[in-house]
Amino acid sequence: MTPRYFLRSCLAVITVTAFFCSFQAAFASTPENGEEALGRKLAKQAVKGSKRWSTIDHTKAEALNKDFTSGEEITGACLSCHSEAATQFHKTIHWTWLASGDKSDIRYGKAGYSVNNFCISGNAMEDKGCLKCHVSWNKKGVKGKINCLKCHNSSGLNFIEAFGDIKAFSEDNDPETNEMVKDIQQEIKQAITEVTFPTRKNCGECHFKGGGGDGVKHGDLDTSLTKPNRMLDVHMGIDGKNFSCTRCHTTVEHNIAGRIYTNPAVETRKSLIEDDLAPKITCVSCHSNEPHKNDSKMNDHTDVVSCQACHIPKYARVNPTKMWWDWTKAGKMKDGKPYVEKGPFGKPVYKSIKGEFRWEKNVIPEYFWSNGSQTSTTADDIIDPAQIVKVSHPVGDKTDPEARIFPFKIHRGKQPYDKIHKKLLAPMLSGKRGFWTTFDMNDAIEYGNKTLGIPYSGEFDYVETTYAFPITHMVAPKENALNCTECHIRENSRLASITGLYLPGRNKSNLIDTIGWLSVLGALAGVFFHGIGRFFTRNGKEN
Amino acid sequence: MKDKKIIKIYLYTRYERFWHWLQAFMIICLVVTGLEIHGTYKLFGFQTAVNIHNFVGLSWLILFAFFVFWLFTTGEWKQYIPTTKKLFSVILYYSWGIFQGRPHPIQKSKGAKHNPLQRLAYLGISAMLLPAQMVTGLLYYLYNYMPGILPLSVLAVIHTLIALFILNFLVIHLYMTTTGHSLFSHISGMITGWEEIYETTEIADWETKATRKN
Repeated sequence: MTPRYFLRSCLAVITVTAFFCSFQAAFASTPENGEEALGRKLAKQAVKGSKRWSTIDHTKAEALNKDFTSGEEITGACLSCHSEAATQFHKTIHWTWLASGDKSDIRYGKAGYSVNNFCISGNAMEDKGCLKCHVSWNKKGVKGKINCLKCHNSSGLNFIEAFGDIKAFSEDNDPETNEMVKDIQQEIKQAITEVTFPTRKNCGECHFKGGGGDGVKHGDLDTSLTKPNRMLDVHMGIDGKNFSCTRCHTTVEHNIAGRIYTNPAVETRKSLIEDDLAPKITCVSCHSNEPHKNDSKMNDHTDVVSCQACHIPKYARVNPTKMWWDWTKAGKMKDGKPYVEKGPFGKPVYKSIKGEFRWEKNVIPEYFWSNGSQTSTTADDIIDPAQIVKVSHPVGDKTDPEARIFPFKIHRGKQPYDKIHKKLLAPMLSGKRGFWTTFDMNDAIEYGNKTLGIPYSGEFDYVETTYAFPITHMVAPKENALNCTECHIRENSRLASITGLYLPGRNKSNLIDTIGWLSVLGALAGVFFHGIGRFFTRNGKEN
Repeated sequence: MKDKKIIKIYLYTRYERFWHWLQAFMIICLVVTGLEIHGTYKLFGFQTAVNIHNFVGLSWLILFAFFVFWLFTTGEWKQYIPTTKKLFSVILYYSWGIFQGRPHPIQKSKGAKHNPLQRLAYLGISAMLLPAQMVTGLLYYLYNYMPGILPLSVLAVIHTLIALFILNFLVIHLYMTTTGHSLFSHISGMITGWEEIYETTEIADWETKATRKN
C-alpha cells in the first residue's frame, strides 16, 4: 500500500465519520448535548413563580376575633366576608355527593345509587359512618352547614372535639373548668386564623383514606403522599417540586378539577398554550402533547399511550393497598365476639364486620383503553350474576381518538346482590340497624335499600365484582419510567391484554415469519450442500 | 483452460467499492437491530436497537440517493439490464459445471461486471427489495405523521418479510464470493478493485494495471 493510497483511505474514513457525526447531531439529540425536552421546558414555565399571595391576614379579621361555641358559628363568620362561598360550594359534588349538578338526578354519586365493592353504598347519606368525610359540621350531611375548616384550615386542631369539651365543661361552674374553657376557646381562636389553600393533609384526610382506611381504595393515593419524596411522586415530592393537590386540581367557583364517577376530568386534553384557562388536571396541560425530546420515538406514543402508563411503573409503592374484599366471609365470631385478624404489612386480612381482605404493595397496574369516562353499575342497574360484574370500568377503544392505554388498579371482591331483581344491594353498615351492629346481612340490606328507595326482594346472594381506579398519581422520576421491553416483548408484555394493534417486539405474523425464515434456512441449506459438493469434487480439478 | 494465464483488471471504482462496503455494513446493522426490534433476540436492548435502526436506516436512505445519482450519471445502470442470453448456461454452470471444473461461461469485463444471473439477482435486489424496504421503513418511521396509509401491522409484516429475503440474499451472496479462482479472490476484488480474469478476455490498453499506474 503506497503512502498516497493510505492517506486517501484515511481521508475517506474521516469523511464518512464526519458525515455520520453531523447526522447524529441533526437527528439524534442525546442528553449530553444539554437540550431539554419540550415537555419539561413547558412544565417549568407553567409552574414558575408559584408563590401564592393574598390580600387578607386572617389574624386581623374582625369577624374571627370572638369566642366561638360551635362550628356553625365559625362558618357564619367565614360567610360574613366570603358571601358567595356557600352558594358556590353547595353546587359542588363535594357537598351534594351527586355527580350530576341536577339534584333530581340521583343516579351517580355517593348520595345516589352508586355503589362500589368496598363499603358498597353511602345509603343516601343515611349511613352516618360515611359522613365523617362530608364537608359539613357534625355529620349532618347536606342538612347541615358547611365546615369550611375541613379544607381551609391547617392548624390540625380537632374542632368537633374542642367544641364538645367546651359544651361539657361549661355546664359546671367550677372556676378551674371555666379556666379550661377559656384556654380551649383561645386555642380555637388561634387555630381558625390559620386559613389556607387546601393542603395535602386537608385533601388527604378523606382522599387518602377512602374506603375506610389508609390506602384502601385508590392505590395511588394514600398517606405516603402527605410527605412524599420525589421517588414516590416527582411532582409532590418535598425534595422535588413540592406540589400540593391544588397545583393540578385547579378550581373554578369551588368546583375542583378531577374525574367524577362516569365523567372524565376533561373532555379533551389541552395544553395551557392552546387554552391558558384550561384546568391543569391533565399531564398535557403543562407538558404538552409532545413532551419528550425532539427526535424521541417516545413522542410517537402519545396518541395511543397515556403518560401514566409508562411513568407510573407501579402503584402503592410505599403503603399497601387493598386488592380484594370478600363480603361473604363477614360475620364470623370468635367467642361470640367480632374480631380482627392481621396479616402481611400489619394490615387486617379479616374483620368480622367487613369480611376477608387481601393487600398488596408495589403493584403492577392493569392496562385498558380509556377515554377518561367510566361505566358505573349502580344499585338500580340490572346485572348478570353469572359473570363477574364490572361495577366500574374504563370506557374507550382504539378507534376513540380521546382514548389512551391507561393504567388501572382493579379492586376485586364479592358483594351482595338481589337474586330476584338482579341488582347490586346496598346494605346499611353503621348505626343501630347497621350490619356492623346487628351482623344480620338480610336486615342490613332491607334497611339500606330502603334509604335509596330501591325495592329488595328479600333474597340475596353474593357476586364477584371489579372496581377500576385510574392510576394517575405517584408519577415516578423519568429515570424510573418503564423500559421499552416491559411492553415490546413477546412474552409477558404488560400490554398482553391490549389486542388489535401491532406492537413491535410483541407481535409478529407467524405465517410471514415462517415463510421468511424458511427462505433463509433454505439458502443456508443450499449453500451448505453446494459447498460440500464443491469440497468433495474439489471443484472438478484433478489432484 | 490450464494454458490460460490469470490476469487482473481494474473492475470496481473507488466509489463503487466504498458504496458496496458501506451498504453491506448498513444492511447487516439493520438486519441485526431489526431482528432485535422484531423480538427475535436480545442484544443491544430495545431502545438502543431502535435508535441504531432509525439512524442507520435514514442514513441508508440518503446515501442511496447518491448511489442512484452515480448510477445514472455514470451510465452504470446499464449493468443491471436483465438478459436471458446465457442465463441458462450460467445456471447450468453453478448447478453442474462448477463440480466438473468447467470454466465459467461468462468472463467479466468493464462493460459487463455482472453475469446474466447476477444481473437478474442484483436488479431484483437493488430495484425492488431494497427500495421496497426503504419505503416501508420510512413509512414505518413516519407512521404517526401519515396516518391511514397502511395499518402498522401490514407495514411491519412486509418490512419483516423483505428483511428476511435480504438476509436470504446475504447468505447466498456471501457464499457465491467463494466461487472465484480462489476462495477469496472475489472478495479481494471488491476490496482492491482488481478482479482476476483469464488473459483471453480482451482488455483495452487503458484498462490494464500498467497504464493505470501511470
